Amino acid sequence: MSGRVLFLLGATHQRTPLEVREKLALAGGAAEAMRADLRGLPGLAEFVVLNTCNRVEFYGVGAGAETVEAVERAFCTRQRFDLEEFRSFRLRLTGCEAVQHLLEVAGGLDSQMLGETEIFGQVKAAYAEAQSRGFAGPVLHRVFQKAFQAAKAVRTETAITSGQVSVASVAVELALDIYGALEPARVLLLGAGEIGEKTARAFLSRGAGRLDVASRHIERAAQLAEGLGAAALALDRAVARLGEYDIVVCCTASPVAVLHVAEVERVMEARASRPLLLVDMAMPRDVEGQVGDLPGVYLYNLDDLARIADENSRARCAEVSKARAILQARAETLWAKAQAGLTVCA
Amino acid sequence: MHITDRQWLWLAAGFYLAGLVLGTVALVRGRRQSRVAIYGAIALGYLFQTWGLWLRGRATGGCPLGNLFELFQCTAWSATTLYLVVGTRFRLSVLGYFAACLAAVMTLLSLGVPAWDATRSARLFGGNPWVEVHAGLALFSYGVFGLLALTSLLYLLRDRSLKSKRLGGWCSFLPSLVELDHIGGRLLTTGVSLLGAALAVAWIYWGDEGAHVGYAKVLATTGVGLAYALMLGARKHGRLSGVRFARLSLVLFVLALATLWLVDRSRTAEVPAEKGGVEQR
Repeated sequence: MSGRVLFLLGATHQRTPLEVREKLALAGGAAEAMRADLRGLPGLAEFVVLNTCNRVEFYGVGAGAETVEAVERAFCTRQRFDLEEFRSFRLRLTGCEAVQHLLEVAGGLDSQMLGETEIFGQVKAAYAEAQSRGFAGPVLHRVFQKAFQAAKAVRTETAITSGQVSVASVAVELALDIYGALEPARVLLLGAGEIGEKTARAFLSRGAGRLDVASRHIERAAQLAEGLGAAALALDRAVARLGEYDIVVCCTASPVAVLHVAEVERVMEARASRPLLLVDMAMPRDVEGQVGDLPGVYLYNLDDLARIADENSRARCAEVSKARAILQARAETLWAKAQAGLTVCA
Repeated sequence: MHITDRQWLWLAAGFYLAGLVLGTVALVRGRRQSRVAIYGAIALGYLFQTWGLWLRGRATGGCPLGNLFELFQCTAWSATTLYLVVGTRFRLSVLGYFAACLAAVMTLLSLGVPAWDATRSARLFGGNPWVEVHAGLALFSYGVFGLLALTSLLYLLRDRSLKSKRLGGWCSFLPSLVELDHIGGRLLTTGVSLLGAALAVAWIYWGDEGAHVGYAKVLATTGVGLAYALMLGARKHGRLSGVRFARLSLVLFVLALATLWLVDRSRTAEVPAEKGGVEQR
């Protein structure tokens, strides 16, 4: 067999602190310049650059260890980063280990938020870019395609991606459990706090049909509403029109409850079988606790959401070993075939 | 090899049970159920049940609704027919599980009580095809109400999981509240229309044979139809919350099943059914 090697070189959130990752990130035109550097690198037959907020990784097929070192030098030179310092936290893997790593990255096992699926799209985009530009050849083609299949298998065969793990996403998931789809749902954001804004954005990103922002200070509501593409209204007016909304996210700074049992009960009488989701993210709480006992009302406060997010997170962690075992088996099979490819290519 | 209608129906019950077991295993393991496997098991059960009921209908010369066994079998068949249509449309794998549960329980219960099939009414429809239409429509509406009871059960389970804030495990596989409520509303409208049509046919064409129809049966079936119609009216006028609607659907279906016993008891002239199935002509 020839000296050609399949390798991975990079820095990820697992071993590299945020301030260093900031320096290593291929921002703006740096990614394109780096690809141009690598294209001219002697001995480097194929490569894919994966550049996300949590990692900069180079997957490649090279003539041998010296090619990997050349990539390392090129990267540090491009980023004006000390080579020795880079070596102290870099991740450098070859052969089956590199394949296994790619499979785990694509499957969301190596993500900061375990099991997240955004990385899958990022890996796909990185490979598509390399393929369209002619940087990826037959070996990386096979490895990446199989990585995509493995990631899908892990999602299907384990619960690694099940349940949401952030408070805002849990709130959206709850709304989906109640309404099925968010397009026809009307969302009211009571208060213009940061957590409320995040949750509102999460609802909008999942297709919520209409969003209104209400605050005691109408100008603050208007400012936030403008950024969200929503309508603004005064807090008391929004409370009076509560029956028009399906989802109410509360995050005011009010020292007393804003929504009381009597007015929610009145609203529910007119709604018949249409449920109402109240997400209370305020501290102190904006909604009287007994409101949750009303039929058709589903009241969740910050503690409830955090507990669900925590349970989901633990459930995902419990699936790691199972997911890793699936990926390891696939990586070994894939590496056995990729090795033959490397020999043929040589 | 000669296979009797009852044996085909046992085979059907076996497949319904297989669907139930597959779903239960998936739930216990906390996995999403395989829709293909459960749907396939129910579809096979449905095929065998259709064949078994067709053989019996051919042997008896009409709709096989001559005793409690046949009434239960036909109700389960109607519910399954509808699930096979509704289930694919709404992608409700959990509904498939519960449909398998309902079909397995009803078919196994009817097969497990030999007395229910020991005798069957003779000249059930008096040679009047409209009477047969009435019976068929009424039984099909019971199947629709059966499926409505299942979706209502799912609604109550979903409501309970949301209220108690326990969303993990198999609760995560339940459809959304609003989807279940919409399906429930459509099923209720369909069921009431079918039962209404069945009762209308009965009142129009059964006049000549009124003397042979037991008052208990008339009262029971009209009562069931009226109760469901009132529920539909209350829902249309926004008088029923989702939870109340679901609870009422379950209670009414249990009452509707109880009226099948009254329907069966109201028949007078009876002939014994052949052991191992009605002898085919």
